[in-house]
Amino acid sequence: MRPRAFLLAGCLLAVAWTGEPDLLSRVPQAAASLPNPLEKNEQVERAGAKLYAHECAACHGSNREGHGRVPQLNRARVREAPPGELFWILRNGSLHRGMPSFAHLPESERWQIIEFLRQSPTTNHAGATQPGR
Amino acid sequence: MQMICKIAAVAAGALLAAPSEAGEGPFFITYTHQMEEPGNLEFTTRNVTGKPGNGDPFLATAAEFEYGMTGWWTSELYLDGQGTGSEGTLFTGYRWENRFRLLWHEHWINPVLYVEFENTNAADKTLLEVVGHDGVADLTALNADARQEKQREIETKLILGSYYKGWTIAENFIAEKNVGHAPYEFGYAAGISRPLASAARPERCNFCKENFQAGVEAYGGLGTHAGFGLHDTSHYIAPTVSWMLANGTTFQVSPSFGITPTSARFLLRFGVSYEVAQFGRAMRNWLQGGRT
Repeated sequence: MRPRAFLLAGCLLAVAWTGEPDLLSRVPQAAASLPNPLEKNEQVERAGAKLYAHECAACHGSNREGHGRVPQLNRARVREAPPGELFWILRNGSLHRGMPSFAHLPESERWQIIEFLRQSPTTNHAGATQPGR
Repeated sequence: MQMICKIAAVAAGALLAAPSEAGEGPFFITYTHQMEEPGNLEFTTRNVTGKPGNGDPFLATAAEFEYGMTGWWTSELYLDGQGTGSEGTLFTGYRWENRFRLLWHEHWINPVLYVEFENTNAADKTLLEVVGHDGVADLTALNADARQEKQREIETKLILGSYYKGWTIAENFIAEKNVGHAPYEFGYAAGISRPLASAARPERCNFCKENFQAGVEAYGGLGTHAGFGLHDTSHYIAPTVSWMLANGTTFQVSPSFGITPTSARFLLRFGVSYEVAQFGRAMRNWLQGGRT
């Protein structure tokens, strides 16, 4: 009986794990409505590209293509997400999935990254995709 | 030989591929709730130099290897050593530290549990924490005598961290116990810091204000369970600055001023750190025969 119970528990855990909803869909409504306070311009996007290369590219790829279980960030769902949703994810991370919190970055830098993420991956930010600041 | 070359190639590839930001802000003693990113390896040297009372000048170094096990668990290995005036240089022991983040999301105050095992001797002068009645007298003992005294200790900390309008605020409460003898010893550390600029410039740069963080930390002992309090304890206050280069290397410096008669009057701390992003993945790929 006991091995069956373990098997059942294992199956349920596996289903729970693989059936986990997209992180964006778990953002609280109130947080998602937060607007980006930064004015949208090329300077902000380039700064965001630089920060992305430094903080995010090692896991998510220099072209936001993702890697293994690390989600790709160049898909429309991310580009079209309300800025507040992305801000909530950067602030809180998802520790059990391996996404760390980036709350240690100043808020303005987090908004710069978000502005970059909302641009098409084909946008050219020359030199910004090199690692480092 | 071929194996050594392969390991060197993996390490060099990882180093060149993806530097990342080093962790704990500008602090030397105070921990924040920031964890190492999963799979990243950070190498840091923390050095302290001073001339305690009538003792010889010394330079102590802790080489620190910090690895992000998961999003909520960071593990570190320290190798300690010191050199004192004409008494020579010696290895003083190792520490193995683990930090566990207790809450999944970011809150006003974020607790982290810290557990460390230390296997050092009494000649250790890295001063990575001050507890109990630690004082300047501990720094003046002769190395030949002090190294005979083993210190196998369990240290726990409750780390509380907050980010508020660009400021990083952290408080640490420390309890330490020698596993063989001695009482429970207590201590504290607290710090506040912020970057000099809150937004990044668009271009890569070494001297941008955003690459600098400044702060101040205070730390000291709080006696033992038999004599808890400030009597006969050491306390320090230390302004601190960190500077991160565009390639991810971070330099830190902090002059520490002792503010009680038991404290060393002045200590200078300095360090360098470099974080290798996704070191774990590079090693896994290599072990599986794939590309780095």
